[in-house]
This record gives sequence, structure tokens and C-alpha cells, in this order.
Amino acid sequence: MRFLFKTSYDQDIALARHGGQRFWYGLLLVLLLAAPVLLQDYGLAQLTFVLIYGIVGLGLMLLAGFTGLFSIGHAAFLGVGAYVEAYLVARGVPFPLALASAMALSAGVGVLVGLPALRVKGLYLGIATMAFGFIVAEVFARWESVTGGNAGTHVKAPAIGGWALDSSIELYYLCLVLAVASTLGILNLLRSPTGRAFVAIRDSEVSAQSMGIHLARYKTMSFAISAALAGLGGALYAHMIKFLSPDQFDIIQSIDLLLMVVIGGLGSVHGAFLGAMFLIGMPQLISASKDVLPDAIGQAPGLKAVVYGAVLIAFVLFEPMGLYGRWLKIRTFFTIFPFYRKGMFKRQKSFQKSDRLR
Amino acid sequence: MNASSTPGPLLAARDLSVRFGGVLAVDKVSFDVQRGEVFTLIGPNGAGKTTVFNLISRIYTPTSGSIHFDGVELTQRAPHEVAALGIARTFQNIELFEHATVLQNLLIGRHTHRRTGFWTDLFFPHAARQAARADREHVERVIDFLDLQHHRDTMIAGLPYGVRKVVELARALCVEPRLLLLDEPSSGLNVEETEDMAYWIHDIRREFGITVLMVEHDMTLVSKVSDRVLAMNLGAVLALGQPAEVQGHPGVVEAYLGASQDLSGLRREASA
Repeated sequence: MRFLFKTSYDQDIALARHGGQRFWYGLLLVLLLAAPVLLQDYGLAQLTFVLIYGIVGLGLMLLAGFTGLFSIGHAAFLGVGAYVEAYLVARGVPFPLALASAMALSAGVGVLVGLPALRVKGLYLGIATMAFGFIVAEVFARWESVTGGNAGTHVKAPAIGGWALDSSIELYYLCLVLAVASTLGILNLLRSPTGRAFVAIRDSEVSAQSMGIHLARYKTMSFAISAALAGLGGALYAHMIKFLSPDQFDIIQSIDLLLMVVIGGLGSVHGAFLGAMFLIGMPQLISASKDVLPDAIGQAPGLKAVVYGAVLIAFVLFEPMGLYGRWLKIRTFFTIFPFYRKGMFKRQKSFQKSDRLR
Repeated sequence: MNASSTPGPLLAARDLSVRFGGVLAVDKVSFDVQRGEVFTLIGPNGAGKTTVFNLISRIYTPTSGSIHFDGVELTQRAPHEVAALGIARTFQNIELFEHATVLQNLLIGRHTHRRTGFWTDLFFPHAARQAARADREHVERVIDFLDLQHHRDTMIAGLPYGVRKVVELARALCVEPRLLLLDEPSSGLNVEETEDMAYWIHDIRREFGITVLMVEHDMTLVSKVSDRVLAMNLGAVLALGQPAEVQGHPGVVEAYLGASQDLSGLRREASA
């Protein structure tokens, strides 16, 4: 077991808390950099998708996990980013500029959607964002001059000047760089006053306000950052999948995204990527199991939806802290072996919480 | 510590009234809180004490009347601006950020003193690190003052009630307020913890020069720390003065215990 001996405030400010963390995250980064050598084309494509969904997950995690605002319309931001990217790249705009525009426009739309968030909470916010998702999906289908409508549109490879990132390895590295940058950005926010203001709003709005936090501003900001990351993910997704159609950004996609952060573990940055791994890995597991299962089950239509639903229910019932929470428990079990107790991670129910000011 | 910008009382409430539908929760309440004093609101349940608190911290807007804080009209300010003016508060039923550590809670208390903007926070350059250190230094002074060293990295959700109460006080002190609003600081505390609370209120005033306005039921604590006491009943002011004077005031005794006529009236009804 590791005992941290703190001698400086900087140790609490640093991203890596001790040498062990620096080692393991360094190793992870080395493996990710070496992935094109280690993996076949298919594996690399899956890893690229994990990174892309991880970026989107980071945004949704900030919104749902750290600010406490749920969005069931996040696929709309993904779609805005994807279509902006497709449109601009098709017109020869260099990809860094196109990516920045995709993020900016998504963030702008995020601010628009954030406005109802200032008035409604919880389930009602979910309904409002879901309605927004439907509206945007409809716009994608109808605005044919820009989106190509239901017939869909092809996406060119990202290019700047004469250099086009048309191989899967180049695209992978682009996604890796952006995923690492987004993660660092989110971690920086979370260790500074902005991130703490989000957490304050999540846990108690009335006292956040009494501490001088401008609720409307920070909620809108959270929506904007979340939408910008979803837009970035959407832009990369457009390059990865190379063909866009409105049905890729429907309610099912939104629910998948929400499922991703809930299963990953709300309120943890790790959870965004663990959830992305689950979301990308699960269909593979299901299709692999089809050969083993009897035909009546293996070939049944809607198997994926049933499995996803069952997994989500299981997580909500047995592991509300998600995959990251499970990992924390396993790690704690081994670090303090044999002193692990069952109730260590049980959260105390609070009976004193006031409902008066809500 | 805090230089006063204008002479006169720190907080002046004039003819404050607030009506919720048909209920007149606060009825033309006027009082002054002088600089550096401990001013206590007492009264039976439902007297409107917490409502007065919520008016000052702008959670409610008064139906009529005004509140001046150091020359600033509070009713014209948005709720989140109150902390920046130098007013911090605690809540009757503890409103901490439950899924954050004590340290994070206290750092949130530094929000009004933040020196970094969104972009600085995002890229975390040297300036952001400096700001983080400066905030931490201030938080550590408060931690030392209230003996919270052992709980620094504990999640609020895992803390006992008494400690949470202290953490909430600490968070309010991190705002570096000029006026501290304490809503029932001793509720739910045992005798020893209440005694500690009395010493701390004393020290807050003496060491930091912070003016304290509190709502409290524990009369021992009230008479130990307060300079002046305002008794309320049914939204109106009953009595104002030294703790001993107010405790002996016939109106106050009546509000808490009922008048002798009331009792005899009840007796007649029962026998009839």
C-alpha cells in the first residue's frame, strides 16, 4: 500500500499524484503511440472509434457527471460537428480550421440549448434536450443543400495545403492527439475554479449561488464546452465513417452516448473512455457470442438492444459508480488486502438534506 | 481587517416585508447591525428568522422594504453578487457539496476571489498554478483556525454531522466576508461542539473583525456570544436589546410560553 507524504501544495495541484501514476499513464501513452504497429487495420479502426467516442464522452461527462445536467439530445451536437466538418472540408477549408469551426458552431448551438437548462431541471431538462435532438435530426434530413438530406453525403479526407490525412494511421494519430488534448483540457478545468463551480452546481445550487457562482453563466458554459467536444468528436467521426446520413444522429445515438457515460461511471474522467470502450467493444462481443449461442437467441433480431438494456439496468442496480467505480473497488481490494470491507464504498444516505429552498 | 468604506451600520434593514401568497412571513421588520458586533435573531418556529436570512442573501425578494449593506442596496443585486459584496452564509440544514472533499468545498468558497478566467483554467499556465497556490494558502489558514486538518481529503458524504457543520462555517470563512450569516450554528450539535462553536464565533469576531448575524435557539449560546438580540414572532419584531433584556421581555416570554390568560382560557374550554 502506498502512503503519500505531502510536503507541498503543488502535489495536490499536479495531475499525476505520484510516480506510479506517471509510470502507468506514460506506459498507456507509449502503447497508444505504438498502436499502429501493434494492431491490424481492424483493431486500429476500433481504437480510433474508442478515442472519438471518448472525446464525446468527455463532453457529456462534464455536463452530466460534473455539472449534473442530463442531455438526451447529444447526438445533435455530434451531428452538427460532423456536418459542419463535411461541408467545410468539401469546400477545401484546411482541416484545423474546419475542426475549430465544427467545435465553435456546436458550442453556439450548445449555448442555445443551454438556455432552457437555466429554467428546467432533471427529467424536464432531459425532455427538452430530447425534443431539441428531434428538431436537429429533422433539420439534417430537410436541409438538403448542406447535408445532402436522407440520401446522405460523402466526407473527404482531412487536408491542409497539399497534405491529406487519407490513411487510417494518420487519422488515428489525429484522433489520439485531440483526445489527449481534450482530456488534459478537462482535467485542467476540473482542478481550477471553473471546474469546481460545475461540481458546486451539481451538488447544491442554492449554496453554489451563495458562494457567488453565477448559475446561469456556468450552466451555459458547461453546455457550450460539452457541445464543443461533441462537435469535435462528430467531426472526427465524419472522417472516420466517411459517409453521413441523418439516421446516424437520432435518439438511439443520444441514448448510446448517455449509456456510455453512465456505464463508464458518472463523475469520473476515466469513465468517459471506459464507457467508450464498452460502447465499441460490446457489439463485437455480441457478434462473437452469436456463433456460440443457440440460433433461437443468437439470430434473434434486437439482441443488441436487449443486451444493452440489461447491462444498463444491471449497472444502475449493482454498480451505480460504473466501470470506473468497479475498477476502484478492485484496486482498493488489492491495495489494502485483506482489510477490504463490503460497505467501504457505500454512500451515506443523507436525511438532513433540505428541500425548502428548491 | 476590513476597512469600512462608509460610516454607519454595516447592515440596515428598513420596513422589510415579504408575503408568500396569503402568508405575511415577515412584517415591516427594521433593524441595524453595527460593525463588529454579534447580532442574533431569536423567536419561536415560524417567526420568520430564516426568511430574513434568505432576504439578505437574496434567495427571496422582499415584497417591500430595503436592505442596505455598507451603502449598497441589496435588493437591487442578483443572488450570486451578494457573496462578492462580502456576505457569506451557512444553512440551517447544511448545504455542502456532498460528493467533493472538504478541501474542494473550501476552495469553492474562494470563488469570489478567483483571478483566472475560463481560458486560463483550460490551459493551466503558471499564473493558474500561482492562483491555485494562493487560494490553497488561504484555505489552509481557515483549516488551521477550525482544526479541520484531519478531514482535509475526506468526502463530505463520509463525515459526521458535527464536522459538516464546522466545514460549512469554514467554507463561509473562505469567502473572507465582512458579514457572516449563521443559520442555527448549534442545531444538531452536542454540548461540547456547541461550546466550541461559541468560542469560534467569538474568535471570528475578534481575530478577523467579521460581523456576525445569526439565528439561534440555544439561549446559552445566544447569551454567551451575542452583543444584541432581536426577538421575532409571527414575522414581526417583538424586542431588541441586550440578551438579558430581551430574555426578560414580557412579549418574548409570552411568545415562547403563552400568556397566563391564554392558559386560563384553555382551562375554561376544557372544563366546559
